[in-house]
Amino acid sequence: MLLNQFLILSAVLFAIGVYGVIARRNGVAVLMSIELILNAVNINLVAFSAMTGTLAGQVFALFVIAIAAAEVGVGLAIVLVIYRNRRSIDLDEVDLMRG
Amino acid sequence: MTLLATVNSDVPFNVAQNVGFGVIAVLMVTGALRVVTTNNVVHAALWLVLVLAGAAAQFILLAAEFVAITQVLVYIGAIVVLFLFGVMLTRAPIRGEAGLTRSNWFGGALVGVLLLGLLSFTLLDTFGGDRLPADTRLTLRPAAVSQAEGTEPTAGSNVGAVSDSIFSRYLIPFEAVSVLLTAALIGAIVLARKE
Repeated sequence: MLLNQFLILSAVLFAIGVYGVIARRNGVAVLMSIELILNAVNINLVAFSAMTGTLAGQVFALFVIAIAAAEVGVGLAIVLVIYRNRRSIDLDEVDLMRG
Repeated sequence: MTLLATVNSDVPFNVAQNVGFGVIAVLMVTGALRVVTTNNVVHAALWLVLVLAGAAAQFILLAAEFVAITQVLVYIGAIVVLFLFGVMLTRAPIRGEAGLTRSNWFGGALVGVLLLGLLSFTLLDTFGGDRLPADTRLTLRPAAVSQAEGTEPTAGSNVGAVSDSIFSRYLIPFEAVSVLLTAALIGAIVLARKE
């Protein structure tokens, strides 16, 4: 297998995730797009780990998975608070900082 | 330097592996596109399961079975369930809502396409036709371990080696992650708690 086939798959997932973060209005959907980005990073890390024959990449992928779990927990709690305060999770309506 | 040392062009081309990669990659990209385009948040969460399972399959192709199993347990088992709870608690209508995507989504599409072009160009330019080591070498315990033990590299699972390196070399980051998870848990409870 080529190294690049994994890296390009990961780049495609990353670009799709960035599109999702920009284009989605629903807070939960934006968090899902962030998960796509984190998964792209994990594929990269494991592919380089296989390439170099060392385990650092796999260990870092495990750390990324753990931090993604923490991120989703806090992110969903924030979305819940926004929903409770504004009765909507439309991110276009969360514009308190607009001048 | 190790990157260059392991590049070997005499590795035979394994057709089955590449076909497997292609099928899984197509499924993953389809699923990811549906995650960011579907008009139903619940469907998006279910398409996300497909992408995450595909990533786990790619990890197995890369002989990282512990990461693959953790991926299934943590992502599909916990994070997707969290997402479904989030969808439920924010009362997204189950039939879908038209306004899930912004009206000016083409700006995001432009950014995504530009980013993909830039990344692909850079990757192809940098790594060209670099081959991964053959799968018989991928499943070896890492060379560092066998050198430290003074033994020949043996085929088999590298789960033991992963745990060895987590609990020796990466012990401090591991403990920091535990503290981070606790902090995130407490923070999430404090945020979501009713006043």
